[in-house]
Amino acid sequence: MFDLPLLTILTFAPLVGVLAILIIRHDDPKVVVTNARNVALFVTTGVFVLSLIFWFGFDKTTADFQFVEQVPWMEDFGIEYHMGVDGISVLFVLLTTLLTPICILASWNSIQERVKEYMISFLILETFMIGMFCALDLFLFYIFFEAVLIPMFIIIGIWGGARRVYAAFKMFLYTLLGSVLMLVAMLTMYYHAGTTNVVELMGYSFPIETQKWLWLAFFASFAIKVPMWPVHTWLPDAHVEAPTAGSVILAGVLLKFGGYGLLRFSLPMMPEASVYFTPLVFSLSAIAVIYTSLVALAQEDMKKLIAYSSVAHMGFVTIGVFTFNTQGIEGAIYQMLSHGVVSAALFLIVGVVYDRIHTREIDAYGGLVSRMPNYAIVFMFFAMASVGLPGTGGFVGEVLVLVGVFKVNTWVAALASLGVILGAAYTLYLYRRIIFGELTKENLMKIKDMSRREMLIFAPLLIITLWMGIYPSSFLDFMHVSVAHLIDQMETSLAASGSLNVAGR
Amino acid sequence: MLMTEMPNIVPALPELFLAGVIMLLLMFGVFQKGGTSDNDEATFRIVSMLTIVTLILAVFLLIPLAGPRSITFADMFVTDNFAVFCKALVLIAAALGILMSRDFMERHHVARFEFPILIVFAALGMLLMISANDLVSLYVGLEMQSLSLYVLASIQRDDSRATEAGLKYFVLGAVASGLLLYGSSLVYGFAGTTNFDALAGLFSAGGDVSTGLVIGIVFIMAGLSFKISAVPFHMWTPDVYEGVPTPVTAFFAVAPKIAALALLLRVLIGPFGDLLVHWQQIVIVISVLSMALGALAAINQKNIKRLMAYSSIGHVGYALVGLAAGTESGVHGVLVYLAIYLVMNIGTFACILCMRRGGVMVEGINDLAGLGKTHPLLAATIAIFMFSLAGIPPLAGFFGKLYVFVAAIDAGLYILAIIGVVTSVVGAFYYLRIIKVMYFDDPIDALDSNIGREMTFVIGVTSVIVILFFVYPSPVLNTAKIAAAALLAG
Repeated sequence: MFDLPLLTILTFAPLVGVLAILIIRHDDPKVVVTNARNVALFVTTGVFVLSLIFWFGFDKTTADFQFVEQVPWMEDFGIEYHMGVDGISVLFVLLTTLLTPICILASWNSIQERVKEYMISFLILETFMIGMFCALDLFLFYIFFEAVLIPMFIIIGIWGGARRVYAAFKMFLYTLLGSVLMLVAMLTMYYHAGTTNVVELMGYSFPIETQKWLWLAFFASFAIKVPMWPVHTWLPDAHVEAPTAGSVILAGVLLKFGGYGLLRFSLPMMPEASVYFTPLVFSLSAIAVIYTSLVALAQEDMKKLIAYSSVAHMGFVTIGVFTFNTQGIEGAIYQMLSHGVVSAALFLIVGVVYDRIHTREIDAYGGLVSRMPNYAIVFMFFAMASVGLPGTGGFVGEVLVLVGVFKVNTWVAALASLGVILGAAYTLYLYRRIIFGELTKENLMKIKDMSRREMLIFAPLLIITLWMGIYPSSFLDFMHVSVAHLIDQMETSLAASGSLNVAGR
Repeated sequence: MLMTEMPNIVPALPELFLAGVIMLLLMFGVFQKGGTSDNDEATFRIVSMLTIVTLILAVFLLIPLAGPRSITFADMFVTDNFAVFCKALVLIAAALGILMSRDFMERHHVARFEFPILIVFAALGMLLMISANDLVSLYVGLEMQSLSLYVLASIQRDDSRATEAGLKYFVLGAVASGLLLYGSSLVYGFAGTTNFDALAGLFSAGGDVSTGLVIGIVFIMAGLSFKISAVPFHMWTPDVYEGVPTPVTAFFAVAPKIAALALLLRVLIGPFGDLLVHWQQIVIVISVLSMALGALAAINQKNIKRLMAYSSIGHVGYALVGLAAGTESGVHGVLVYLAIYLVMNIGTFACILCMRRGGVMVEGINDLAGLGKTHPLLAATIAIFMFSLAGIPPLAGFFGKLYVFVAAIDAGLYILAIIGVVTSVVGAFYYLRIIKVMYFDDPIDALDSNIGREMTFVIGVTSVIVILFFVYPSPVLNTAKIAAAALLAG
């Protein structure tokens, strides 16, 4: 049905926009800026429409990779240009293509300097992100995985806040340190298995001792990306200093690299080691959920608070991934998707008032409900989604993860549930301090409610969050077969090695 | 037989061609009308153009030599695919070096026609080094190269910084040559031959290796380490790089390194290949030290040429990772690394040569402040080179690192690979700092914007290669593979 190399077209389509922006020449800088914005919006929207092919054309009955493209690349090493999506990755591709145009729209007025460069950075970033989720060759994956750092570094460093240089360096070096260790592990895998093909590597069983080292090296990279406690400290800095759209992409897509990597590499390729290290992951995640929730309670900066809440939410994801059962893993994927939408929306919500008042201090606000009723409603909705209220996407993910982990380890389940309560506490506390109370601050007296453009930004996110909460099947159907296949694969290789039973099944 | 046989000159055709042409050019230069600076400049330009053409022709002369190994001049001189590959790199580096220097030399009133000729002489020495098949011819090639480089270093006679650097380079270089000679004499004393093939035959036959011989090898390695500025023989590098005129720095950073590394590969893999256990640890230590020092010492540098000196020390460390593996894929990695290193460094130095304010060269990193606003295109290319030097994919620099680390893992050198990648993260910090200064800091006085045609050409070509290397890497990778196979076979 599809003979076109659709994934390649999708991945590299944003680069067409880059070329278009590069050749914009006009004497009036205003025209250049407007054109750059329009081109970026047009291209990213086009990419989103194109990506809908994968929503409708995806075959949900098979665990095989679909839309596969395979071309020899570096032949002497057998490295291939190998792209494809399965039920685990396809929704992340859609999440990326959805969030990028929203980011462009969100930066419409707030970015006034070097607009051309800004739009180019975002388009290049989109290419790398989509490629990362589609890559089915170790080195291709690594190239996209690490290349993301370049545009992100530029975005935070140029258009960020006061401490942007520190934040950009911290983000870059932290992530790079993790990735290079993963690179060494990848080279070792290549040395052992003689292939870099992800599909073949999933069927290859490494010796258990090797697996442990490989697992640790991959974990170093993914744990920093997720980020897990105690290597999460780059995230609050990066979030606080990044421009709004940068935070949206960071929370919405980049944090998912870690969870996705664990599902794509650690679990299927190193099953024994994954089981072996489960207690470590559970402990770190449980600490992350409780500790970062408490830290979030004490924050004075809105973005920092949401950043810590992200760390807590991602703790659920890592717990879910390492339950090794259907509910847990599907819950983890679901949690990532809904967190992608909801945290993106929350950062956009912060961006709305930041564009008006230019501060992120929670104390600088209060009583906004009387001037901005629409804003209060939208904020309320996404705050509830972040808490995990039934009817929103956040609920489904959290419940599935809790069900999954309850089967495996009740203690972890109990601690994670505690995290849910703490999550409600800091979110509602944040909401109360900003929206409710007396409107006393001088500069808030004339604040305007959301513009039509801003409403337009939130509309799709709101609809999707509700959709994910009310009818999760339309998303879960994508992953059922692939997740079942993943678990099946793990069990087969665990049984073959005869070492350990999958914990608690 | 009374009549000495005429040696087969075909394998050495490019060298003979170069030697002949530069002697003609030297005569040409001498008999040109001189006296005024205008005349000198005119001669300089003509000779520069002619030398570039000569170097390019020499590359074409290399092509038919690709193929089976051939030996000539009483087994002193060898040509194989490995030599052809490395020689091509050296010749390209020399041609680009001359092309990049024209503008600088004219601005600084040192536009003398001897300059391009000296570069070609140095390149000729490098070709001889690469083709050396005997400790004696090795030394002759090396000295020919070094003597030309000493003069090049101090070509700006009335500049005290440059002459000081030249003197430093000469004194320390002479010490290194001495070490090398001493090592060669020890090897000769204990092995009884200086010919590489004979030495290889001796060691592959087994037999115990005497301590004196190992000491000899260590001395040879020390001498060559000096030439590639590997730690702990690197002390001269920052001072010399900073002091000598920038085009000379660009040439120093690339061509002699390629030649000396090729020579090191040939010596260690060829005649001493069976003594891997003896020299492997030394290479590992040198490599680790170079990577670490290159990464750490560059952090606080304020002068961009000094920074590039430490960067080149670090890069030599990475190349040595491949040599430490001692396998064919290791040699392959080193060759790929050198090819990519050549492109990145030439490009970076071309950008550095464009840093002028009010017609005067500036070298401070802070002089780049706000370049992203004042010269977006130049800043973007520098940023690309920096990301590439840091080894961030998808840029070319990543693939260089990838291939040496593949070899290290293949050879079981896990710790070395891990140290390598960790130091590359430390190294990323100072490359990022340059990007930070260009993009995140506020502009000070803008740099001059007239870049010149030669620079535009060099920067354009190198940056396109660095960006698009990943699209079609096979030509470089496959040629390097054939070259590596030739070295191991011989």
